[in-house]
Amino acid sequence: MTDATLRSPISEPARKKSSLLAVDALTKKRNRAEARFKAYGVSAVVIGLLFLVALLWAILSNGLGAFSQTFIQVPVRLDRTAIEAAEKSVVKTSKYRAIINTGFRAALSKAGIDTDMDDRGLQKMMSSGAAATLREFVLANPDQIGRTVTFDFVASSRVDGYLKGRVKREDLVHDKNLDAAHLDLVDQMRKADIVTKTFNWEFVLGTDASDSRPEQAGMGASMVGSFFMMLVVLLLSLPIGVAASIYLEEFAPQNWFTDLIEVNISNLAAVPSIVFGILGLAVFIQFAHLPQSAPLVGGLVLTLMTLPTIIISTRASLKAVPPSIRDAALGVGASKMQSIFHHVLPLAMPGILTGTIIGLAQALGETAPLLLIGMVGFIASNFPEGLGDGFLAPNSAMPAQIYEWAKRADPAFYERAWGGIIILLVFLMAMNILAIVLRRRFERRW
Amino acid sequence: MSLSVILLVLLALAAVGYVLGRSRALGSAGGDMQKLHSLPSYYGWNAALMVLIPSLLVLVAWLIVQPIVIHNQVASMISEASIEKSSLDLVMSDVKRVADGLDTAVEAGAMTADQAGSIRTEFTDVRDRLGDVGVALGSDVNSETLRAAQRYRELAGTGALLRLIVVVGFGIAGLAFAYLRSHRDFRARNVVERVVRWILLSAASIAILTTLGIVLSLIFNTIEFFRVYPAADFFFGLTWSPSFGGGSELGIVPLIWATLYISFIALAVAVPIGLFAAIYLSEYAGPHVRSFAKPLLEVLAGIPTIVYGLFALLTVGPLLVDAFGQGGLFGVDWMQGASSVLTAGFVMGIMLIPFVSSLSDDIINAVPQAMRDGSLGLGATHSETVKQVILPAALPGIVGAILLAASRAIGETMIVVLGAGAAARLSLNPLEAMTTVTAKIVSQLTGDADFASPEALVAFALGMTLFVVTLLLNIAALYIVRKYREQYE
Repeated sequence: MTDATLRSPISEPARKKSSLLAVDALTKKRNRAEARFKAYGVSAVVIGLLFLVALLWAILSNGLGAFSQTFIQVPVRLDRTAIEAAEKSVVKTSKYRAIINTGFRAALSKAGIDTDMDDRGLQKMMSSGAAATLREFVLANPDQIGRTVTFDFVASSRVDGYLKGRVKREDLVHDKNLDAAHLDLVDQMRKADIVTKTFNWEFVLGTDASDSRPEQAGMGASMVGSFFMMLVVLLLSLPIGVAASIYLEEFAPQNWFTDLIEVNISNLAAVPSIVFGILGLAVFIQFAHLPQSAPLVGGLVLTLMTLPTIIISTRASLKAVPPSIRDAALGVGASKMQSIFHHVLPLAMPGILTGTIIGLAQALGETAPLLLIGMVGFIASNFPEGLGDGFLAPNSAMPAQIYEWAKRADPAFYERAWGGIIILLVFLMAMNILAIVLRRRFERRW
Repeated sequence: MSLSVILLVLLALAAVGYVLGRSRALGSAGGDMQKLHSLPSYYGWNAALMVLIPSLLVLVAWLIVQPIVIHNQVASMISEASIEKSSLDLVMSDVKRVADGLDTAVEAGAMTADQAGSIRTEFTDVRDRLGDVGVALGSDVNSETLRAAQRYRELAGTGALLRLIVVVGFGIAGLAFAYLRSHRDFRARNVVERVVRWILLSAASIAILTTLGIVLSLIFNTIEFFRVYPAADFFFGLTWSPSFGGGSELGIVPLIWATLYISFIALAVAVPIGLFAAIYLSEYAGPHVRSFAKPLLEVLAGIPTIVYGLFALLTVGPLLVDAFGQGGLFGVDWMQGASSVLTAGFVMGIMLIPFVSSLSDDIINAVPQAMRDGSLGLGATHSETVKQVILPAALPGIVGAILLAASRAIGETMIVVLGAGAAARLSLNPLEAMTTVTAKIVSQLTGDADFASPEALVAFALGMTLFVVTLLLNIAALYIVRKYREQYE
C-alpha cells in the first residue's frame, strides 16, 4: 500500500508543488539531527584528545624545569689551618660554610660587585648542602688542600626559582628566606657569569631525599628501588603466569576447580589496587615478618596484581597458535607436554613477552599498594650496597617518591614532582615502544 | 648459613642429580639410547626435580614456621609487667632490634659470639656497646629484653643450622632415591610430565591463594575491629573523626557518600564523552581517523594514576579556584582550597574515558552489520540507526562497561588522595573538600597508630567494604557483558 492510495484527492495540488529536489521540513530536521549527532561524536573525540594534550602540556611545562639547575661558581681556597679547625669543631658544616663565604666574597669583589650583605644573607643564596659538598671533596682529595679549587655549588631553590621565573619579586614580601637585595645580587652575578644554569644530573641520579633541600632532591634511589621491584615482578610473574596459562589453556579439564581458578583470575584483574596493598601488609609484613619498605615485598604485591594481566594476554597468544602445529607435533610421536613446550610455547613467546612488558609497565606506575607497605619517598638516601640490600633494604619507588614530593607544600618540590613524572613516563614509553616493536618484529600470520 | 647458600647448594645438587641420573640410566642400557624407555635427559630431569621439589617445599614451610615458633618461645619469656607497660608487639620489636644489634656487633668484631650470648645488663652498658658499632637503640636495654634477645639469637642460630641440615638432607635423599630408580625400564618421561603438570596446576592455583589471602587478611582484622568497635556505629555513624587518644568516631557514611559523589561526577564526565567517542569511532570515523584517535585515547588509560593525582592537585584544582574561589572569574566565593570533590571527580572522569570508550567500541562493533543495513534500508539516517537500533541492541553491554568504570572509580586511590582533600564531610556542595574510603585506608595505615587500635584496624573494615562493593559491581558487570555477547555468537 502506498501513500497515494491513502491520500484524499484534496491534497493532490499540494503534492504537485513539491519536488524531489526541494528538501521538505522533516528531512531538513532529520538531516540537522544527523549533523548534530555526528558533531557530538567529533567533539567527544576532540575533547578526549584535548584532555590528553592538556595533561601532557601540564607535565612538560611544569616538569622540564626540574632538569636544569642553577649553580653558583665559587673559587674556594682550601686553607689547611681553616679546614683543620673546621674538622675539629662540633658543628663542622658551619665552619665549612664560613670558608665558602670567604671565597664567595672574593669572587664577588673580583667581578666588581659590591654588597653589604652579611654572611647569613650570602648563605641563603646557596643550598644548605654546599658545605657538605665542600667537606666531601676535601675528604676525598686531601692532596688538593692548599690550592684554590673552583666549585659549582647548587643555588638555593628560591634563587633557582627566580632564574626559572617561578619566584617573582612581588612574592618576596612574605618570604623570610630571600629579599629583593638577593635578587639584585643574582642579577649582577648573572651578568658576571658567576651564576650558570646547566643540566641537572643530580635530579636524575641523586639520592637526596630530605624534606628541606628541594634543589638537591633526586630520583636516583627510588629508580633503583623501582628497578629491583620490577626484577622481582619479572622473575615471578613471567614463569608463574606462563605456567598458569599453559595449564588453563592446554591441560585444564572442565571441572569445578578449573572454573574456580578462571573466575578468580577475572576477579583479581578487577580488585582495587589498594586492596592488594592491604593484602601485602597483612600477609607479607604482619604474618610472614618480611622487612617493611623492602622492594622485595613491593615486588611480591605487584606480582600478584600483574599476574591476571599476564595470564590473560598469554592465554590469548597461546590460543592464537593454530591447532595444526599441535597436531603435527603429536603426529610425529611427541607427548602432549613435548608438543607444548617444544612447539607451541616458542611460537607464542613474542605475544607472551609483549603482554609481560605491558603488565610490567602498569606495575611500574602503581603507587597506592606501595604506600601501605611503607615504601614512601624519604626512606632511602643512599644507593643500596649490594644485591641482597637492593631487595631487602628499605627503599622507595618512583611513583611513591613523586607522591612524597607532591605532598609537600613547596613549589620547588612540585617542580621536582612533575620532573619525576617525566622520568617515569619516559620509562613507560620506552617499555611500550619495546612491546610494540616486539609485536611488529615477530608478528606472524598463519 | 644464609638462604642464598642453601639455594646454591640445592642447585648444585640438582645439577649433580641431572648428570648422575642421566649417566646411570644410559649405563643400565649399555650406552644404547634405543633401549631406554625415555630420552636420556628425562632421567636427568627426574633426578633434578626429585632433589629440588621436596627440599624447596620443606624450605618454604620452614621459613614460615620458624619465626612463629621462635616468636612464641621468646614471647613466653617476657613478663606480664612489661607487657602491661607497653605491648607485646613493642617489646618483641625491641627484642628483635637488640638481637640484630648483637649480630652486627659480632660481625663487626666488637664482641665475640660468646660475649654476645653471655653479657648481662648488670655488668655491661649494652646500649653503649651497640652504639659503638653503629646500632642505635632508643632506650636503655633492660635485663629481660637482653635475655630474650640472647635467647632469640640462640634459637635463630639453632634454627638456621637445623634448617640447613634438614633441607640439604631432603635434597640428598631425593637425589639418592632418583639415582636408584634411574634404570632403563623406568618410565622417566611419564613421571617428569606428571610432576610438571602438577607444577603448572599449582601456578594456576596462585590466583585462588591470592583471593584467599585477600579475604583472610581482611576478615581477621575486620573481625578484630568489630570486637573493639561496634559494627552498628561503623556502618551507620554519620561522623568520621579518628583521634589517636582513643574515643574516635568511625562512621563510614561520610566516606561512602564522598566516594559515590566523586564516582558520580567522574562517570558524568566519562560516560557521555566515552560513549560518543565510541559511537563516532566505530560508526562514522574512517580507518585513518580511527587508527590514530583510538590508540591516542587509550594512552589516557596507560598513564599512572599518580600523574592524574598531581594533575588534579596542581593544575585542575587551582584552575577551579580561579573560577569559583574568592575574587575568581565568576566573582563568587564558593571554593576554599584547590582540593574538592569536583577536582577529583573531573580528573577521574578523564582517566575513565578510555575505559568507557574502548569497551563500548568493542560492543558496538559486535552488533551485526545486518541490523544496520536493515535500518538504513528502511530509510533511517545514520544517527537514527545508531539511536534506535544499535544502542538498544548494545545497551546491556554498555551498561556493563559503565559498571566496570564505576567499580574502577570507587577503588581509585591516588587521584582522591591528592585531589579530594582530607576532611570527612556530608555535604552536597561539589566544591568542598571531602574524603573517600580509599584515601582513608591510606591515611589510617600510613600513620603512627598502634596496629591493635581501632584507628588502624578500621582500615581493614574499610577495605572489606570496598572489596565487597567493587566485587559486586564487577560480578554484575561481567555477567551483563557476557550474557549480552552470547546473543550474536
